[in-house]
Amino acid sequence: MPQKLNSLLEELEQATSLDDLQRHITALRDLYRVDHIVYHWVSSEGEQYGCGTYSREWARIYVERDYLRIDPVVIGCFQRFHPVDWKRLDWSSKAARAFQKEALEHGVGNQGYSIPIRGPNGQFALFTVSTQCSDDEWETFTEKHRRELILVANVFNQKGLEFEETRLPEASKSLSPREVDALTFLAMGYSRAQVADTLSISEHTLRAYIESARFKLNALNTTHAVARAMSQGLIVIGATAPNALGGWPGRLPERRAS
Amino acid sequence: MLRYLFGDELNDHPQLRDTMFRDRTTQFRDRLGWEVSVDADGFERDEYDDLNPLYVIWQRPDGRHGGSARFLPTIGSTMVEDHFSHIADIAHLKSPFIWECTRFCLSPDADSQVAGLLMLGGGELMRGFSVEHFLGVFDARMIRIYRMIGASPEVLGSQGEGRDRISVGLWSFTMEDRDQVLQRAGVSSELSEHWFEQHFGQNSLTALTA
Repeated sequence: MPQKLNSLLEELEQATSLDDLQRHITALRDLYRVDHIVYHWVSSEGEQYGCGTYSREWARIYVERDYLRIDPVVIGCFQRFHPVDWKRLDWSSKAARAFQKEALEHGVGNQGYSIPIRGPNGQFALFTVSTQCSDDEWETFTEKHRRELILVANVFNQKGLEFEETRLPEASKSLSPREVDALTFLAMGYSRAQVADTLSISEHTLRAYIESARFKLNALNTTHAVARAMSQGLIVIGATAPNALGGWPGRLPERRAS
Repeated sequence: MLRYLFGDELNDHPQLRDTMFRDRTTQFRDRLGWEVSVDADGFERDEYDDLNPLYVIWQRPDGRHGGSARFLPTIGSTMVEDHFSHIADIAHLKSPFIWECTRFCLSPDADSQVAGLLMLGGGELMRGFSVEHFLGVFDARMIRIYRMIGASPEVLGSQGEGRDRISVGLWSFTMEDRDQVLQRAGVSSELSEHWFEQHFGQNSLTALTA
């Protein structure tokens, strides 16, 4: 699974259109063997955008009848930033119950797990996995895949932001000097303990730097992050290795001016 | 009890909300002398309170605020990045698995047990939502308190001296820490889970309105 997911994310990274995203989200749905996966962006003006595996018919009805206003998933996740199981939402109103019944009739699962994403400048999106199964099966599934799903949700959102015409350039996505250092030493084959030691930080803190670099590079794992940083010219091994070998531990290689 | 409330939910608990923002004035303006803005109601609030953060709050038996901390995901705007990137490179961390923890506040008569309870609440957020690190801003006094409750952050940058000293650091929790934090907070694992479930648990909303 991680390998397949990894190559899927790699392809996702190359996506240049909403059609590409649609293809990848379908492949992701098949990979997880669930009924549906949906990425849903809602702008502050109530405009909707996204991709997913719900039937065209259901998507049309949803927009036409303005279900955005009564969908307990959207209402319950808006302004949140933690993953939410649908069972934890308020389905008690008459409108919500009618909506749920209709959604089920259109093939939406009885179970759902939604990850709200709060991007830059008040951007809001939801990444949802839904399927038909028992409560126990669903709990096992979400516990097992929660971390991956949060990551994938964020990769989809990066793409969503990229496609958004009005988005502002995101300076904050650049790697910090320490993130560059960490990836450089890892690329040179240092162990995590050696890298932490060389940078005079704990392994916990190193882990946070790597986690952050992975997010900024849209990488599922560290190897992937290192490869991507090298191919984008963010780290340069040839130039830094002689320095580092001469001086370590305790001395940092010279960094390219950024 | 330990409460988990998003900004928009604070209004359902006016006394708790008001006493929290007043206690923040007492701690950050009056005692630490930080340049914070205090409104006409005597509330210390900043622009990050407007981003609908998640608050972990210790509510005393009389309904008032006993201590609190404020959480925001680092993939959006954070106080650490906007105001402290000059003292610590770590301020630039961005990840859905790293949240920032700021405005860690204790009411004037709170003891270190309350700090332990808040730390426990933070740990439950990590456990429940796959968060792996908290990036925090804190004053020198809090570092001693964190050590006392067995949850020391790794300090990665500081500025100022004495009571003006402000530090940026990182918490990384493990399950062994949880047992220790539970012990210092003086509550059982079950009770802590119960508090967490009250907000994040199944049908919590319907239960509240029933």
